[in-house]
Amino acid sequence: MTAVALRRRRMLRRLHGGDALQTAALIVLAVIVLVAALAPWIAPHDPNGLDLSAALGGASGDHPLGTDESGRDVLSRMIYGARTGLLGPLVVVAVSTVLGAVVGVTAAWCGGWVDALLSRAMDLVFALPGLLLAIVLVAVFGPGLTAPIAAMSIAYVPYVGRLVRNVAVQEATRPYIQSYRVQGWSGWTICLRHLAPNIAPLVLAQSAMNFGYSLMDLAALSFLGFGVQPPDSDWGAMINNGASALLQGAVLPALAPGAAIVVAVVAFGIVGEGVADRVAKREA
Amino acid sequence: MALFLLKRLAGMVATLFATALAVFGSIYLAPGDPAVFLMKGRPATPETLAAIRAQYHLNDPFAVQFGKWLGGVLTGDFGRSVQFRQDVGGLIAARLPTTLWLVAYAALLILVAGLAVGAVAALRRGVADRIVLVGTGVATATPAFVAAIGLITVFSVKLHWFPAFGNGTGFGGRITHLTLPAVALALTFAGLLARVTRSSMLEALAREHVEVARSRGVPGATVVRRHVLRNSLGPISTVTGTVVAGLLVSTSIVETAFGLSGVGQLLVSSVTVKDFPVVQAVSLLVVFAFVLANLLVDLVQPLIDPRVKGAAR
Amino acid sequence: MRESALLEIEGLTVRLASGAARPVLDGVSLRVAEGETVGLVGESGSGKSVTGRSVLGLMPDGAEVTGSVRVAGRDVLALPPARLREVRRREVAMVFQDPRASINPVRRIGDFVTEGLRAGGTPMRAALKAAEELLESVGIEQPRRALRRFPHEFSGGMLQRVMIAGALAGGPRLLLADEPTTALDVTTQAEVISILTRLQAERGTGMLFVTHDLDLAAAVCDRIYVMYAGRIVEEQTTDGLFAHPRHPYTAGLLAATPRLESDEPPRGVPGRPVSLAEDPEGCAFAARCRFAAPGCAAERPPLRPVDGVSVACLRAEELVHD
Repeated sequence: MTAVALRRRRMLRRLHGGDALQTAALIVLAVIVLVAALAPWIAPHDPNGLDLSAALGGASGDHPLGTDESGRDVLSRMIYGARTGLLGPLVVVAVSTVLGAVVGVTAAWCGGWVDALLSRAMDLVFALPGLLLAIVLVAVFGPGLTAPIAAMSIAYVPYVGRLVRNVAVQEATRPYIQSYRVQGWSGWTICLRHLAPNIAPLVLAQSAMNFGYSLMDLAALSFLGFGVQPPDSDWGAMINNGASALLQGAVLPALAPGAAIVVAVVAFGIVGEGVADRVAKREA
Repeated sequence: MALFLLKRLAGMVATLFATALAVFGSIYLAPGDPAVFLMKGRPATPETLAAIRAQYHLNDPFAVQFGKWLGGVLTGDFGRSVQFRQDVGGLIAARLPTTLWLVAYAALLILVAGLAVGAVAALRRGVADRIVLVGTGVATATPAFVAAIGLITVFSVKLHWFPAFGNGTGFGGRITHLTLPAVALALTFAGLLARVTRSSMLEALAREHVEVARSRGVPGATVVRRHVLRNSLGPISTVTGTVVAGLLVSTSIVETAFGLSGVGQLLVSSVTVKDFPVVQAVSLLVVFAFVLANLLVDLVQPLIDPRVKGAAR
Repeated sequence: MRESALLEIEGLTVRLASGAARPVLDGVSLRVAEGETVGLVGESGSGKSVTGRSVLGLMPDGAEVTGSVRVAGRDVLALPPARLREVRRREVAMVFQDPRASINPVRRIGDFVTEGLRAGGTPMRAALKAAEELLESVGIEQPRRALRRFPHEFSGGMLQRVMIAGALAGGPRLLLADEPTTALDVTTQAEVISILTRLQAERGTGMLFVTHDLDLAAAVCDRIYVMYAGRIVEEQTTDGLFAHPRHPYTAGLLAATPRLESDEPPRGVPGRPVSLAEDPEGCAFAARCRFAAPGCAAERPPLRPVDGVSVACLRAEELVHD
């Protein structure tokens, strides 16, 4: 009896607390990843299949989310859009995390003028809005995903780099790291074996949030016509296409991918905050 | 104080110079022959190409080209737009009012909504706090162009309250035309500011001096104003500065979505046709706004917290 | 018939919201007469600070409170908010432990000292004039300039003087001092205490002096209450307490204080204080008591008069410590 009651109370607490939200966010992310991976098998139509006679058709059994101005199936385009939507941020986060970690640890470990130089450089990049950097690079190298991804990868370095540097500077002065140094371990060994595990969760939290933000930024660039180029489907580009149809009363081609972006970014935000909270609790 | 100001100004100039160099440099290094580009597809004879090279100083070494451009910028001459065949300065000046109105409107919304929502969440724990957390979570995850789509759908297409496109004329026309764009632009940042306000007010609320003030018979509203809000202004002003400066870039998205002809849209259309003089000028303007806003925040900090003296950082 | 007290706490019991095993305060009763200085002594966690704060109507969030706290006959726990603010501005004021944390760092000293006055409707000019005089009386140099300064420009000792000035601004009849010197350097402690006691004597203000330091309490107070685990365990005049402590805990505290004149080394009280998570059946001190009898762990001894003092110990009659 009491055991059941106890378990129920724990479940209730879990539902009310952050845990349920965390779980939900993780499930949402898993679904998006699965959809992106299985796109060719689950998409009901060819995402680029034109059918001008069916243009701007509303939701129907055949087209659950209707069709766009060229008669392409919105749902199928969204499913394929998840691929570009995730791939871009993935590259951005991977590159910026690795670069940021290297820059941060180098700055913290070397100190002195190296630290000053790297920190100033990160301040400078931080002072430039990533979106502007991307737009300039697009101007130079032409539209397509390459320039925006490169720009965002650079723009996100300071977020990770500053975090890693600050934590590493703090950790490096801790007695346990000092004692390893005194015992004659090499700097890299200490970094890899002792600093990294301490910094990793924080970086993970930051990266999860960066994933969401860069998804937003890249979608914005596609919306401006600078990112993913037609006929490839992308959520941001779909909104751009769908915007003109809005005034004709067809809202799904623009709203559906918009909702997808918001859901994905919210989910990444929740996961990132969850990890950050857990880190904070561990520290406390 | 004077020394601090001087240092900050020097830093600001250095940042601007670095940006100018980076923007100009990347465009200089851009693949393709700029002269061919400037012909915009018209048949180019070697003579015309040479003429264009001479006109745009393309034969000079990089340093000379950069120096000439920078000298022009310092005297207010940003060069000529390839696309419009007009002075870039004039092009921007004609579009600046719309963009500044939009930024000011959005900044006002961000400040009012962000502070109010954040304060409510911090002061009324429980249900209100949870609603705000979820609401701001969604708001910060809604990019301006998605918000634009949603707003147009509801308020223009369905309700016909606000126009979906265009600049509008006169004060009233501007306000009605800019309302939806300003809301779309403000949403993400208002959510962000609300979160920062909430957390920094919660931190201030937990301070001992707040209870001390209460223990001395100071009414609750006064305590919140003088001891909680006042003490949380530091982080709030920092975020506000960054956000408002960043608004200028985001206008490119919103102006595109709502068909406003402002500086942001000018940037987008110039990128599309590789109108480099315009891209350079607008980029510099955006960074200038960013640096200026950060300078203002730094100058305000010592007024907010007397412990921060000018020497900080 | 006792004369009506300035402060009269009766049966104050405070239970925290987050299920602690025992109440933070368990039936605390305490009196301070007009102009009297009363000490409240105990280890950290004994509930002495909670008792002090209760006089201002400051309770831990969501705490369950029974009993009464009457200041000049009015129960502050039952007052409507406006009246409670009136009491806080005019009747009772507190000198807090850590002036650095208790004074808003971003507001000027003048703001702090005059805050209560202005909340009570005193015009700015008059309030500043009063503040200047108060700062002078607590020994702040150039008081007029000090009003314009910020807390971080003052040392801890000077800031505590500012705090005293702020507490006296409303002309209170009762001062609460919550470990007013604990956060200060030893050298400034004596100065702050002397300023506090001088002003208190000049103004005829009653004072409840909360501290963990028995010797300090003895130097300042007429009468002392000793608290342990949320209860008053002994109450005596200062002289009586030092000459003949009746409760083993009081005796232990006295023996734990190092003394220059004595050849004996100080002896600590063995064991540790009772945490909020445990709720011993009988006397809370029994587990640490050298004199504990079998009955001590079974029955909770009430505070009762023994030879003219109040003690909560089963064996109070047999044991006279010195």
